[in-house]
Amino acid sequence: MTAYRLALAALAATALLGCKREERRFREMPPAATASNAVIVSELQPGPAFVEAGMRNPYEDNAYAVSEGKTLFNQMNCSGCHSHGGGGIGPPLTDNEWIYGSDPQNIFATITEGRPGGMPAFRGRIPNYQVWQLAAYVRSLGGLQGKAIRSSRDDHMMYKESEQARDKGHPEATFVPPPSEKP
Amino acid sequence: MIAGGLRRSAARGGGILLAGLFIACSGFQSALDPKGTKAATISQLTLFLVITAAVVYVVVIAGLLFAMRRASTRTLAFAHDDIEEPDRERTRIRWVASAAAVSALILLLFMFVDVSAARSLSQVGGLRPLRIDVVGHQWWWEVKYPDLGNPHNTVETANEIHVPVGRPVFIKMTSDDVIHSFWAPNLDGKKDLIPGHETRTWFRADTAGVYRGQCAEFCGHQHAKMAFFIVAEPRAKFESWLTSQQSPASTPTDSLAQAGERVFLSASCAMCHSISGTGAGSKYGPDLTHLASRRTIASGTLPNNVGNLAGWILDPQSIKPGAKMPPNQLDPAALQALLAYLGTLK
Repeated sequence: MTAYRLALAALAATALLGCKREERRFREMPPAATASNAVIVSELQPGPAFVEAGMRNPYEDNAYAVSEGKTLFNQMNCSGCHSHGGGGIGPPLTDNEWIYGSDPQNIFATITEGRPGGMPAFRGRIPNYQVWQLAAYVRSLGGLQGKAIRSSRDDHMMYKESEQARDKGHPEATFVPPPSEKP
Repeated sequence: MIAGGLRRSAARGGGILLAGLFIACSGFQSALDPKGTKAATISQLTLFLVITAAVVYVVVIAGLLFAMRRASTRTLAFAHDDIEEPDRERTRIRWVASAAAVSALILLLFMFVDVSAARSLSQVGGLRPLRIDVVGHQWWWEVKYPDLGNPHNTVETANEIHVPVGRPVFIKMTSDDVIHSFWAPNLDGKKDLIPGHETRTWFRADTAGVYRGQCAEFCGHQHAKMAFFIVAEPRAKFESWLTSQQSPASTPTDSLAQAGERVFLSASCAMCHSISGTGAGSKYGPDLTHLASRRTIASGTLPNNVGNLAGWILDPQSIKPGAKMPPNQLDPAALQALLAYLGTLK
C-alpha cells in the first residue's frame, strides 16, 4: 500500500513538473491592466522609495507559448529585420548582447513602444498576451529560457553551438601504462 | 430492471445506428450521395466491392453451417460403414478446389474493376479545367482563383469554393503548417495537403448545390472545425460571382461604416487580414475583401450574421479554442462601426 501511495505521489509530482511547460492557455483574460505602462524605464523615481511591482512574463518556461511566439515572430514580420534571430537590418537576438535589457519587461517595452533607430511600436497592434509570447520566444533565442523549452531546430543560428551540433569528440586520452610496466 | 434498461438502451443504440445508416445515404456531406463523376465512380466501386463481399460472406457462412450440421449427423454412420470414404475424399477435394478457383476469379475481377475505376478517376474529361489553388491553414482554407492572363484579377477567398457545374475543376494544394486533407465526399475522394509540397486533384460537379467538405487528417485542436463548402453553380451564375469577387472592396459611404474602416485599420485586425483596396494586406488570416458574401465564418463553424461575427471578433477562443485569432477589446461604439463596415464587404 505504501509503495502504491509513493508511486502515485511520484506520478503526481512528475505531472505537476510537466504542467508549466506544456500548459496551453487559449482563452486569456481580456488584457486590461497588464499593459506597458507598468514598465519602468528609469531608475530615478520621485517621492519615497518605490518598490517595483513584480512584473513577470506569464509565459516564461512555457513551450507552447514559445512556439506560438516563434510563429508570431515570422507573421508579424520581426524576421524582416531580425532575420529569424540572426540579425540583418535589426540587431541579432541570438547573442548575449541586449541593448535595451534582456528582462521580459524590457523586451515587452521594446515591442510595444518601439526603439530609436528603426524598431516600430506595436502598441495596439498586437494583444498583450501575444507580445508576452513574443518576449518569451525572443528570450529563448538568447538562451535565457530553459533548454527544454526552446525548439532545437534553430540551434545552428545560435552564437554558441548547441551540444548536439558540436563534434562528438573523444574523451581525453589518459595515460595507460604499457603492459610490460604493469606491476 | 437492469435487463430492461439494457434492452431499452440497446434498442435505442440500434435505432441511432439504423438512422445513421439512412442519413449516410443522402446528405450534403456523404460519399454515398455522389454529385460528380469522380464521386460516382468511387461510390459504384464501393458498392460493388461491399455487395460482392457480402454475398461471398453469406455463401461461406452458409457452407460452413451446412458442413457442421452434416458432420454432426454423419459421425455415427462412419463407425459402421466406411466403404464410401475414398469417394467422399475425392468430392471434398473437388469442392475445395472449385471454391479456391472461384475466390481467385473474384479477386481478379476486383483487381480489374479497381484498376479501371482508378483509370477513369485520373482522366480529366470534357471542357478545359478551371484552376483553383487551395492552401490549408490551422484551421481554415485559403482559396485562390489565379488568373494567369491578368494577375490583377486573381480572386482570394476562404472556406468557400465556388465551381461551375459541368466543368472540371483542377485543384493545386499545399499547406502552410501541418498536413491537412481535402475531403468533399459528394464530389471527390480525399487528398492530403502537405507543407512544402504540391498535391493535385480534380473533380467535376454535375448537379448544382452546396456540398460540405471537411479536413480529413487530424491537424490540431480545431481539426473538427475546419470545414469548407463547395458551391456548384450554373455557369452564368458562377461567372458573375467570379467577376464580383475580382473587384476590390468598395469605399464605405455612410459615416458609421467609414468609422468601422478606421477601426479595422487601426486595431490589430489589419495585422493578419487583408481587404483589397485598403492598406490592410497581411496574409496570415482569411482575406476579408468579400466577407459579407460568404455563408459561414470561422471555417464553417457559424453562420455568417452580425451576432455571430460580433461574438467571434470579441472572443474567438470561446467559440474555437486554440484558433489563431486573438480576443479583441473593442468598446461598443467601435464594435458596431466595425460590424457595419464588415457588412458592406459584399
